[in-house]
Amino acid sequence: MSDLAHGAHPQGFAHQFEDIEQQRDAGRLGMWVFLVTEILFFGGMFTSYTIYRALHLESFIQGSHQLVVKYGATNTAVLILSSLTMALAIRAAQTGKKKGTIIFWLILTMILGATFIGIKLRFEWFRDYQEGLIPGVQWFYNGPHAPGVRMFMCFYFFMTGLHAIHMVVGLGLLTVLVVMTARNKFSSEYYTPLEVSGLYWHFVDIVWIFLFPLLYLIGGRYQ
Amino acid sequence: MSDHAEQSGHGGHVVPVSTYLLVFLALMVGTALTTWVAYIDLGRWNTVVALTIAVIKMILVVLFFMHVKYATGLTRVVILAGFFWLGIMITLSCSDELTRTWEIVPQSWLPTTNMIIPMISRLF
Repeated sequence: MSDLAHGAHPQGFAHQFEDIEQQRDAGRLGMWVFLVTEILFFGGMFTSYTIYRALHLESFIQGSHQLVVKYGATNTAVLILSSLTMALAIRAAQTGKKKGTIIFWLILTMILGATFIGIKLRFEWFRDYQEGLIPGVQWFYNGPHAPGVRMFMCFYFFMTGLHAIHMVVGLGLLTVLVVMTARNKFSSEYYTPLEVSGLYWHFVDIVWIFLFPLLYLIGGRYQ
Repeated sequence: MSDHAEQSGHGGHVVPVSTYLLVFLALMVGTALTTWVAYIDLGRWNTVVALTIAVIKMILVVLFFMHVKYATGLTRVVILAGFFWLGIMITLSCSDELTRTWEIVPQSWLPTTNMIIPMISRLF
């Protein structure tokens, strides 16, 4: 703050920009261009899921019944909470809070992200392995619509797997942010790395917001 | 110091904590609602309801957590373009795959609702 009063540029300001606000806008725009490619990347999977579900509706309903709703719902809540803590981390930087506060929210976000992956691994994928529901690795399923259920489980593992890889990348980003915050890289003027990583984290949250109903819920749970 | 930053807006638009908490609460309610409604037989409307709730949740996250409500017009156009392309991909892919079994006989030259509805209904 005090350096602004003396007319100097804030830390992190790149001289090709008119001012720090224009720099922040450029950062947001650039991140959104990347996120649009991510929307279409995941969109390809959502499209093929939609088509194959339409072609093999009974199998996909049967496949959906192999998943446990309570774990999916818990993980949805965990991810939404982690989005809140991420937003609060950025807000702490915007309002010039002490770096300890920013690091607290970042680490809380990381703990929640790790909890999501932990639940996914321990209670879902490991259980799928034990019950032989992983096509090509461990496959015992002998119930109705076996070939179609196998295809559903392929979709399930590719979609949740790709999502989990994005979560791991997000945890990596958060680790870098904690180090950068500890080294006083951010101020209430310059926090673009925090903000664009936040956009990424929220995007991954949104992907799960769609995966949860598509994979777990719309398979005729009332039957 | 922090109050000064909030008022002067040096750090860009600062969303009040109460807004974040309200959005978080709405997202949690949405999650509970979509889970609860999945166990009620609504026929093909189950899919519509589940996806509608998901879209509302997405809009809340995008507008408030991702600050798009306060973003520049250029950023918004880029985001809308992204969703528009997603729409093109899904619509054109479905219009191909789901109409391949339509007969190329004179009956199909006059597609009636009897023919179209069963194909569309397979989506849900």
